[in-house]
Amino acid sequence: MPIAHEFKYLKAKSLKNAFALMEKHPNYQVLAGGTDLICAIKEGMISPEAVIDIKGLKGLSKIKLSNGELSIGSLVSYSEIIESRTIKSYFPLLKEAAEKVASCGIRNRATMVGNICSAVPCLDAGAPLMVYEATVVVEGKDGERLIPIKEWFVGPRKTSLKAGEIVKEVRIKEPALKHGIAYDKLSRYEGEDLAQATVAVYLDEQNNYRISFGSVAPVPVRASSIENLLNGKALSAELIAQAKILVAQEISPITDIRATKEFRLHMCEVMMERSLKRAQMMLGGK
Amino acid sequence: MKTQIAFTLNNELRKMDVETNQTLADALRYLMGTKSVKCGCERGDCGSCTILFNGKSVRSCLILALEADGQEITTLEGIKKPEEEMTPLQEKLLANNSFQCGFCASGMIMSLTPLLKKNPSPSEEEIKEAIAGNLCRCTGYEPIISAVKELAKENRQQKEKSK
Repeated sequence: MPIAHEFKYLKAKSLKNAFALMEKHPNYQVLAGGTDLICAIKEGMISPEAVIDIKGLKGLSKIKLSNGELSIGSLVSYSEIIESRTIKSYFPLLKEAAEKVASCGIRNRATMVGNICSAVPCLDAGAPLMVYEATVVVEGKDGERLIPIKEWFVGPRKTSLKAGEIVKEVRIKEPALKHGIAYDKLSRYEGEDLAQATVAVYLDEQNNYRISFGSVAPVPVRASSIENLLNGKALSAELIAQAKILVAQEISPITDIRATKEFRLHMCEVMMERSLKRAQMMLGGK
Repeated sequence: MKTQIAFTLNNELRKMDVETNQTLADALRYLMGTKSVKCGCERGDCGSCTILFNGKSVRSCLILALEADGQEITTLEGIKKPEEEMTPLQEKLLANNSFQCGFCASGMIMSLTPLLKKNPSPSEEEIKEAIAGNLCRCTGYEPIISAVKELAKENRQQKEKSK
């Protein structure tokens, strides 16, 4: 099926060249993996005048850990995240989440940065990046900006990226303390499906907790009331029961074709409990 | 407006004149004649347009033809060795009568080929993961998975023998 909409295809030669192209064609879309973009153009959701391909840009395709900080370039695919030893060893939550994204054929092409730029409410990368307190590094012709992930998501399909800016990478500081993590994704069947709900949990040896939910609100949620309840306390059945009561305050799921809001809320409570227990086991070395 | 691109298709250098808004799936089918590339859902869900892009399985319906410029593309037509009639995977699928209508077959094979190259004896879980994004509406997947398991078993036995 050909694409009905016509557009210019422009291959950026450098970041500077990309900024110039964006200025010249204000109705542009940036193309990296294209798994969301091409689909959205085909279905008539967007009609850009120009598609700016950034795949040729140097320095955006690396996964690098230096001075305790991980950087994932905007051209890094989900498959590369899964295969990275650095990520497996030091940021396993990202690997767990990446493995549950769509199918192998999509992961070979789709980028994590593209995922957060599309910023659909059911995105997979949201909750894990919230828990890791990632920073999004963007650059425009006036220079670089660092945006904390919790300020990145503004609404469904809306981010704090401004016109004329490109995401260069996502940075994550390596947690200083010994910690455990867990990720859970609810979908209708094993394998390829969009998320009905996602949960990411971090728990360290000093009983600091970080919990985030995805796909159950317009943007990924950091569950601060639950974290406040749990922080400084060792996990117990009683504490988990109290935490589960707070889930309803933190999220605002809707009923859609994939699930009802009641089911999503119930499963968020269940998945949080499982994830807390799993993170604790990991912390205990099990 | 058409633009000429040059790329490697099934180990041959080829050129094609493509429209900016033409997908790679479309160009491969109608300009290059590699009709193994099927257009199904057109949104990356069904896997019937799966090809290898620089050796990795991808959905060619979600790639612009222009993105293939200078890249290495392999379709089902290009996976067998010259001396073979078909690959060992294809032989096993045929022997197991793994497909009925066959529409998903080329995509299935293109998703399984890189898996078997990386790991000649994958587990059932790994096989299922590799084809998780390939829909088959005829078979319920069982005869496909069992064919690959058979091949995996043979490859494992062969490896043990040669030790």
